[in-house]
Amino acid sequence: MINNLTVAERQWALVVLLVGGLIGLTMAAVGAGEPFGAHGFLVLFFCAALFFPVLSRLDEPEPSPHAGRSYYDDPIKVGIILAMVWAVIGMFFGLWVAYLLAWPDLTIDAPWASFGRLRPAHTTGVIFGFGGTALIATSFHVMQRTSRARLAGQFSPWFVLLGYQLFVLIAVSGYLMGVTQSKEYAEAEWYADLWLVVVWITYFVLYLRTLARRNEPHIYVANWYYMAFILIVAILHIFNNLALPVSWAGSRSYIVWSGVQDAMMQWWYGHNAVAFFLTAGFLGMLYYYLPKRAERPIYSYRLSILSFWGIVFFYVWAGSHHLHYTALPHWVQTLGMTFSVMLLVPSWATAANALMTLNGAWHKVRDDATLRFMMVAAIFYGLTTFEGSFLAIRGVNALSHYTDWTVAHVHAGALGWNALLIFGVVYAAVPVIWRRERMWSNRLIEWHFWLAVLGTVVYVLAMWNSGILQGLMWRTYTDAGTLQYPFIASVLAMNPYYVARAVGGTMFFVGTLIGIYNLWMTIRQAPAADMVADHPVSVRDEAGERGVPAE
Amino acid sequence: MEIDHYTLVAFAKTFGLFYLMVMAGLATLYALWPSNGKRFDRAAKSVLDDEEGPCR
Repeated sequence: MINNLTVAERQWALVVLLVGGLIGLTMAAVGAGEPFGAHGFLVLFFCAALFFPVLSRLDEPEPSPHAGRSYYDDPIKVGIILAMVWAVIGMFFGLWVAYLLAWPDLTIDAPWASFGRLRPAHTTGVIFGFGGTALIATSFHVMQRTSRARLAGQFSPWFVLLGYQLFVLIAVSGYLMGVTQSKEYAEAEWYADLWLVVVWITYFVLYLRTLARRNEPHIYVANWYYMAFILIVAILHIFNNLALPVSWAGSRSYIVWSGVQDAMMQWWYGHNAVAFFLTAGFLGMLYYYLPKRAERPIYSYRLSILSFWGIVFFYVWAGSHHLHYTALPHWVQTLGMTFSVMLLVPSWATAANALMTLNGAWHKVRDDATLRFMMVAAIFYGLTTFEGSFLAIRGVNALSHYTDWTVAHVHAGALGWNALLIFGVVYAAVPVIWRRERMWSNRLIEWHFWLAVLGTVVYVLAMWNSGILQGLMWRTYTDAGTLQYPFIASVLAMNPYYVARAVGGTMFFVGTLIGIYNLWMTIRQAPAADMVADHPVSVRDEAGERGVPAE
Repeated sequence: MEIDHYTLVAFAKTFGLFYLMVMAGLATLYALWPSNGKRFDRAAKSVLDDEEGPCR
């Protein structure tokens, strides 16, 4: 892979890694004995681990001059593997806290293993590690194929992919050391946040430069979703994380927003992390891989554009539904609630568009677990967006807020929609990227599919029961006007559901391990495809539109 | 003029409504404009044969 970089790119990589290593060394020196210093060492080792392999191949010959005529898939390969590794890490932390909740005695009394530190390690591991890496890897695939153009440059894709890994590593390791700014899904401290801004802007510029090279007259809708994801996540991230560090040599910082402004900013960010990270980006995936796998164009392209603008317009206003019954002005809460209910229209239009695309291809859904992953993901997308609009209504929220119903909702989305879609996309993309006839074992894909779907269903049903029971127990009054149940009674009543949740989570996790094994065996052993090398067209005339032979 | 909470509320409640409606109108016009149909159809179909993939 390093040999595919030009010598100039290898030199440039060495310079960047050297600068990164020096920054790490400085952080380690000024923050010695503190988590900041530990992060310095992490940065140093990260850069060193990349520096030496590049240095040892510096004198290898230049890549073939014809390489520029094919798609650049090396970072996609690494990205897919890293995404699956993060899936295992993130879900492992999730499983751990699930077992802790069911059997609290299992705790190993160490500060780093307390629930408050493991939980953000889980959420960041799965959302940003697994989901984010999958988004970056698939966006590199989709932007090239739909543009019929090679990635713009070979250095910046690696900078984005690996720089992002460094961000997630700093974030997750920081939480275990107690470094957090206590904002949900934005726990990472100021230096990690600054680094992410650099990576993210590079990502956006890379996307624009690749689109600028496109050989297609129209920018395919999947790219719009990916670009909305990159652009709006950048804005959300910057505004929500505006903070003043206590010192340049420590991890602690203070957010510039105060009081209810901070809460509003946090949930404007928090809900749009769901909207643009876990929805817009993933719809980009769906709009490319689902039609491709079903071999049918999207049911209504016009509808996909309408729902795009609907989702983008409405979602940015919905965040304040997280702050019902708080000090936030009542009309702002109502605004968030109203937009959340309106969101049902573009969300269901999107889910319907995906499912209608499968009309005429349902026999493929029956036979092909990869396509079935995507189909079930679209169904869970429809279910979860309906539930989300419903939960945002003030009266419903009075029952559901602070209960496990929220946990059920996010996992219907995160497992049923995001994770199932990523698995389907990985199974669809891996044979293409690695030039294999197929995945190593279709039977293992079936096993993975059923374990993942059943695990999700068990998990979500358990948490629905638990959440509604909690909510009802907390609001049941006696005739005398006092609360019927002490809080601890509701905690004890949760136990059977927490056990069921741990079982569902275990099923899902085992499915993921099977997926990793299948991925590994596909790369190692699946028969190579005897295929014409794909390459983007370089001419713009009609006859030369197809870079590949007709079917 | 002093910009206080009520000024922002009034702005959000008036201009906010209209700009949302205008943007929705523009998006609808773009999506439904008849002459865009051909370009959309082409885009929707062209992703299906964008590479010689082994996973047919």
